[in-house]
Amino acid sequence: MNSARVLAKAQRISLVETQVSAPLAAGIAKRSGQLPGPRRFSRRRRAEMITAYLFILPTLALFSVFSVYPFARTVELSFTDWDGLSRTFNGVGLDNYFAAFRDGIWWGSIWNGLILAVVALVLMQGLGLLLAIAVDRKLVGQTIYRTVFYIPPILSGIVVATIWKWLYEPNNGVINSTLESIGLGELAQPWLGNPATALWAISLVSIWQGVGYPFLLFLAGLQGISGEIYEAAKMDGASGSQIFRTITIPLLRPVIGIVSVLTFLGAMQTFNLVIAMTGGGPGYATEVPILHIYRAAFGGTPDFGYASALSIIFGMMLFGVSMISLYLTRRSRDEQS
Amino acid sequence: MTLLSTKSSLPVSRPTRRAAKRLTVPRVFLHLGLIAWGLASILPLVWMISASLQTNAEIYGGVHLIPENPQWGNYVRAWDQSSFSDYFFNSVLYTVSVVGGTVLFASLSAYAFARMQFPGKRVLYGAFLVFLFIPIPGAFIPLYLVLANMGLLDTQLGYILPMINGSLPVAMFILRAFFEQIPKELEEAAFIDGASRLQVFTMIAFPLARPAVATVVILTVLGVWNEYVLASVVFSNQALLPLQVGLLSFQGSYFSQYGLMMAATTITTLPIIIVYLMFQKNIIRGVMAGAVKG
Repeated sequence: MNSARVLAKAQRISLVETQVSAPLAAGIAKRSGQLPGPRRFSRRRRAEMITAYLFILPTLALFSVFSVYPFARTVELSFTDWDGLSRTFNGVGLDNYFAAFRDGIWWGSIWNGLILAVVALVLMQGLGLLLAIAVDRKLVGQTIYRTVFYIPPILSGIVVATIWKWLYEPNNGVINSTLESIGLGELAQPWLGNPATALWAISLVSIWQGVGYPFLLFLAGLQGISGEIYEAAKMDGASGSQIFRTITIPLLRPVIGIVSVLTFLGAMQTFNLVIAMTGGGPGYATEVPILHIYRAAFGGTPDFGYASALSIIFGMMLFGVSMISLYLTRRSRDEQS
Repeated sequence: MTLLSTKSSLPVSRPTRRAAKRLTVPRVFLHLGLIAWGLASILPLVWMISASLQTNAEIYGGVHLIPENPQWGNYVRAWDQSSFSDYFFNSVLYTVSVVGGTVLFASLSAYAFARMQFPGKRVLYGAFLVFLFIPIPGAFIPLYLVLANMGLLDTQLGYILPMINGSLPVAMFILRAFFEQIPKELEEAAFIDGASRLQVFTMIAFPLARPAVATVVILTVLGVWNEYVLASVVFSNQALLPLQVGLLSFQGSYFSQYGLMMAATTITTLPIIIVYLMFQKNIIRGVMAGAVKG
């Protein structure tokens, strides 16, 4: 890999040299010194620049209209009281931010998001790592396992929610029926209708759906660790658990860092599962941040100003947490090397 | 004990290799655990298909996997009722358009970023990556306003364009990495023959990037087919809804008819599973490429 890249680089350098000298020489020869080389060269460069800008123009246009401008507009609207319908609106300073601070349901939704995130970080990542370690060896059926484990993540949240809502169905759903048939009938209950269990029921579904993702990334990370390191450790008489603690985990740390951030971001932004399974209920037991923002903007009394403020607050929280954890991962890696 | 180095192809290590394939007791438990999780991964889908072939009475009668008398009629009714077939074809239209737009725009710009020199290149690419990485929760609010201003609310274009924009950063990231790996000599030869940049791109670089394009196509297909939030914000006209939003409104009208609902869910899911099984190599490669972006 590396040597190929170095080779390619070397070839590129030598090509640049010939590329520069050949046209120059040709130009000078043709015009018998009339036109200085550099000017002819820059005209060509200008043409190249224009082509390049034309190549990125469609992307740039979409990006400006649908990413940059909306982002700026959200910041602006978060300081207004616009309801999304009226022709006019007033600046209200930081009122929306103060209102968010006092909004108990909003903080409840953040809390719910954090619960989903912590459960995912521990269980989903743990199970993903376990499965990846189990599959990462010359194992009969490795490809089949990998294929099957990644089926749930490719399904849409709405489809997964529809199926699981039916499995959780209180009266004749698969889960309660099974509990009754094995003599644990007292445990049967409306899993999604009971405020004490609803969030955990959703958490279970999101873990079921999500495990395949960290599994795949961890597997890629494990396969990047050279077998020779293991071999050497074994020759020195290291035990299996020693190898795991002193080789596998440290070498996997960058991957664990990235997977943690992605898992955290994904869990905090859970939306499809919730809207299709409970709609945030019962009461606000499964209210999650994105659902709260969605309702603020498109609910009974639309308030785009408030919804924008919420989305800025939430975005900054997510950004802050991901930056801190990426920084910590990077630092711990630097310390090692 | 079973971790083999690449050197294992040497004849000396033959016995070790054979040992790796032998079924030992821990190995049996390992397989049992993996099979258990594999079953857990697909059982809900098996239940979905099984229920889609049962009558309501059968479903309410108790849990069993094999339908007594397969009710294929559930599929016919789900397809015909409440414009479910419209949702399906809408999803196909959106998926094809977004994939087409994404591949076209992303490959052009990725090529420019990989191969051409122009002022502002670093700043622009940095900006794309920042938007790829920064989460913008609730981006659907300002998008709604932009679309309203442009008169694109509740139109097909009003959904397709933002969806293309949403798929562009990852697509560009994958394609740019690929274009950078293509040896420059191939292009230089064409330039010497008098080809223009556009010709080099369309006739040399783009065809060579086919594996990366395939990855982008698959990831975009998954993303568009499964998308829910933006569609629910953009569309109020029932006739324009894609499958995911349609499925949820279908549930509202037929919530007690599980057989019918599961038939609709199966129709929504089957295409994506077929695509996955056909192109899983590209998907897995794409997931890994997408994650390294951090």
